[in-house]
Amino acid sequence: MATLLARRGLLLGVLLPSALLLAGCNTVVMKPSGDIAAQQGHLIFVSTMLMLLIIVPVIVLTFWFAWRYRHSQTDASVPYDPEWDHSTMLELIIWGAPLLIIIALGLLTWITTHTLDPYRPLERLDARHPISADVKPLTVEVVALDWKWLFIYPEQGVATVNELVAPVNTPIRFKITASSVMNSFYIPALAGQIYAMPSMETSLNAVINKEGDYEGFSANYSGAGFSDMRFTFHGTSQDGFNQWVQSTKAAGGALDRPVYQDLAQPSIKVPVRRFATVDADLYHAILNRCVANGSTCMDQTMMTDLNVKPGHEAKQE
Amino acid sequence: MHDQFDLMTLIFGRLTLDAIPYHEPILVATFIMVALGGAAVLGAMTYFRLWGPLWRDWITSIDHKKIGVMYVVLGLIMLLRGFADAVMMRGQQAMSFGDSHGYLPPHHYDQVFTAHGVIMIFFVAMPLVTGLMNYVVPLQIGARDVAFPFLNNFSFWMTAFGGGLVMVSLFVGEFARTGWLAYPPLSGILASPDVGVDYYIWSLQIAGVGTLLSGVNLIVTIVKMRAPGMNMMRMPVFTWTALCTNVLIVAAFPVLTAVLAMLSLDRLFGTNFFTNDMGGNAMMYVNLIWIWGHPEVYILILPAFGVFSEVVSTFCSKRLFGYTSMVYATIVITILSYLVWLHHFFTMGSGASVNSFFGITTMIISIPTGAKIFNWLFTMYRGRIRFELPMLWTMGFMITFVIGGMTGVLLAVPPADFVLHNSLFLIAHFHNVIIGGVLFGMFAGINYWFPKAFGFKLDVFWGKCSFWFWTIGFYFAFMPLYVLGLMGVTRRMSHFDDPSLQIWFEIAAFGAFLIALGIASFIIQLVVSFKRREALKDFTGDPWGGRTLEWSTSSPPPDYNFAFTPLVHDNDTWADMKANGYQRPLDGFLDIHMPKNTAAGFIIAACAAVCGFGLIWHMWLIVGAAFVALLVSTIVHTFNYNRDYHIPADDVVRTEGERTRLLAAHV
Repeated sequence: MATLLARRGLLLGVLLPSALLLAGCNTVVMKPSGDIAAQQGHLIFVSTMLMLLIIVPVIVLTFWFAWRYRHSQTDASVPYDPEWDHSTMLELIIWGAPLLIIIALGLLTWITTHTLDPYRPLERLDARHPISADVKPLTVEVVALDWKWLFIYPEQGVATVNELVAPVNTPIRFKITASSVMNSFYIPALAGQIYAMPSMETSLNAVINKEGDYEGFSANYSGAGFSDMRFTFHGTSQDGFNQWVQSTKAAGGALDRPVYQDLAQPSIKVPVRRFATVDADLYHAILNRCVANGSTCMDQTMMTDLNVKPGHEAKQE
Repeated sequence: MHDQFDLMTLIFGRLTLDAIPYHEPILVATFIMVALGGAAVLGAMTYFRLWGPLWRDWITSIDHKKIGVMYVVLGLIMLLRGFADAVMMRGQQAMSFGDSHGYLPPHHYDQVFTAHGVIMIFFVAMPLVTGLMNYVVPLQIGARDVAFPFLNNFSFWMTAFGGGLVMVSLFVGEFARTGWLAYPPLSGILASPDVGVDYYIWSLQIAGVGTLLSGVNLIVTIVKMRAPGMNMMRMPVFTWTALCTNVLIVAAFPVLTAVLAMLSLDRLFGTNFFTNDMGGNAMMYVNLIWIWGHPEVYILILPAFGVFSEVVSTFCSKRLFGYTSMVYATIVITILSYLVWLHHFFTMGSGASVNSFFGITTMIISIPTGAKIFNWLFTMYRGRIRFELPMLWTMGFMITFVIGGMTGVLLAVPPADFVLHNSLFLIAHFHNVIIGGVLFGMFAGINYWFPKAFGFKLDVFWGKCSFWFWTIGFYFAFMPLYVLGLMGVTRRMSHFDDPSLQIWFEIAAFGAFLIALGIASFIIQLVVSFKRREALKDFTGDPWGGRTLEWSTSSPPPDYNFAFTPLVHDNDTWADMKANGYQRPLDGFLDIHMPKNTAAGFIIAACAAVCGFGLIWHMWLIVGAAFVALLVSTIVHTFNYNRDYHIPADDVVRTEGERTRLLAAHV
């Protein structure tokens, strides 16, 4: 009975972590479809292995010491040394070993944080395909609204709500802002997230390497409609993308300022919408909080503040 | 036009009958239960004539031991509330898939997760930590009380009334729907016009005053009131961690107070610190709140580290390995904890060099933390380990915490954080360190010092049940969240589309159920121990073979803690005294000068709570009246010269003689 229990315990102890490990390895974060996300997933793997170098011995030692030095044991040869509390050699090891691992991990961190900086233009499509200098990335302007995503394609002159389409193996450059509260723009299969924040712009450079439909969503809680603030990201062929742009243009619908102001009102579970034309200055106006008629754009206010200081005006005249 | 004075508005502000959530069945049921339970407690107290003793011996008490116990009781009561929130969340997430939307609409669910975070950090972890420090530190340094006993009572009541305000929000109005740190613009007046965020702000402001003052109090106590001979490097490690924690509190909490004050100015008076327009900058709030928030997690974990240090060396019957490096590790962590705050928002668009800097400083903290783990490990080495309850919790901590530490360092790598930030992986990580570190530490501490406080040990069987349910429950509840995080599932969702995720949430809910059994076992442990208190009695004052001064006095200690201030010759003072044949002094007792109880702390804190409630509901008349009452009661208290008394030598002789008889009869 006892052995049966022990065997079951062992089975559970070994199987459960392995099941977790397997489940963890087959996930979108560890096996994504875009090169940036793939490098990030790989980095998670490498860092974890590096840290396990010290974590595993610590756990093993904890169990071993707990067993060996237990009070109830009868083996008189196991040493007991109540006054022993210092060893310079051991101190060197227990400070030195974590230090070495952190030096390695720190170097890795410095390098990858720079190479995987979301602001940095891509240098490769994947491990084997560098990007030639003349390739121009596709620009997409992203606006997080309450509670849906607006995507503006300035070069194609179209816009969509809750639908993102991009050709595979083409660098994409996202410019990201929000209308009212903070959200986070995240497509796990493509690349890590970056916050979408009102009156601020962030940016993300990424590429999708496999055709397919991927999940995108807000990764930062933003209010009542947050759970449904999701969209599908379609990675298509270049032809597929061109066709999609053409059909969007053909379908009609214009995104001008009044339509945008309607759209920006809080709403939940908004179905996909497409616009054939879009006000060319709309994104700038959203970012600078001057969509409403007669409001002054933030960048203009800042320019004014910088150039014309009170007091200086009088002197110049 | 209706802009003339309206008396109703002046008195009731924006509080109307609609604010009472009588249409929400969950809240109505909760209210009925609370009302019945409350009535039963009040009735019993009246029946057993406990009001007088409660007021004289506890509410107005300035004895650090009683205040410490009250802090711990507050923490445990709030744990039940915070855990109820957790169970509601786990339930909602386990059932809200596809067509089912669970039983909590976003409006309610969003309050639940906000309240869960706020309560667990501010009104569970903080009171437990402060309670242990309050109880143990003066005893460990051979003092008779803290430096400012009245302030101590006042601090406790500010914390308690702050927690009370959060509880009031259950039945009057609603709590914030913003997440536990209430980032603007979501917490601004435009996105959150109702009272939820105001409850958040004012309960934290009131509790924050208490925390800050108790921080000042304990720093002064440790710096000025150590027994002769106890220089800094002879202080017990728990006292060291308490010192560092209180330095962190004093340096960090004013930042929280300031940032919440600015947020309330934005909300009340239309200033533009953190708004989107007029030059406001929400990033400023995020920076400031984390400049408080990151040290806060070390405020919680350092005292837990202190508990583990005491427990390990006691139950291994051995000196702590590497005392000096333990102390320096604590100090290094204290300093570094101010240099890492940005790692909470790598994903808000800082440049690569800034992100790398904060990522690497974060990793560096793992070096002193790792050294501490090794120090405990090598304390076990060549020891004789008794697996009593405090040691069990410590073992559970050592295994669990290193896993949480590892995932924490992983999150400190910015490109990894970009894919894991705000995901359930993050949730799993910080529960891994806060449950596995702080909470296990508090349970170790409670089991360790309980016999000191009450004179009898806690029941072992139910203690073991509690430990195993908590530990196994923790793994079931949070390991699935790591996996879900890697699946790209984000936090704070009230509904999911993908049915393949459901199984993981069901496992996590099962884990929460096991933890519920753990909490129940703990409560049963308290009840059973109380019933068996004669069998579990500690006559010696030193039930574990302790090594520090608190074990040299009786259990529970007399009001004056030590009849004579001890002399310290070594760290592990009590072990040193025992080894060198220390004899308890049996005569020559003198009058002992002690501080006197006062109701002022309770009254001032109550005024502050009424003032806060008025501010939440814009009841300006009540705000004014309560504020004036607060000022007046404070001023009146400064004229109270009747603040101390002497315990006559005869009483000391009687108390000590009783102890001499007990020791002679039982040792």
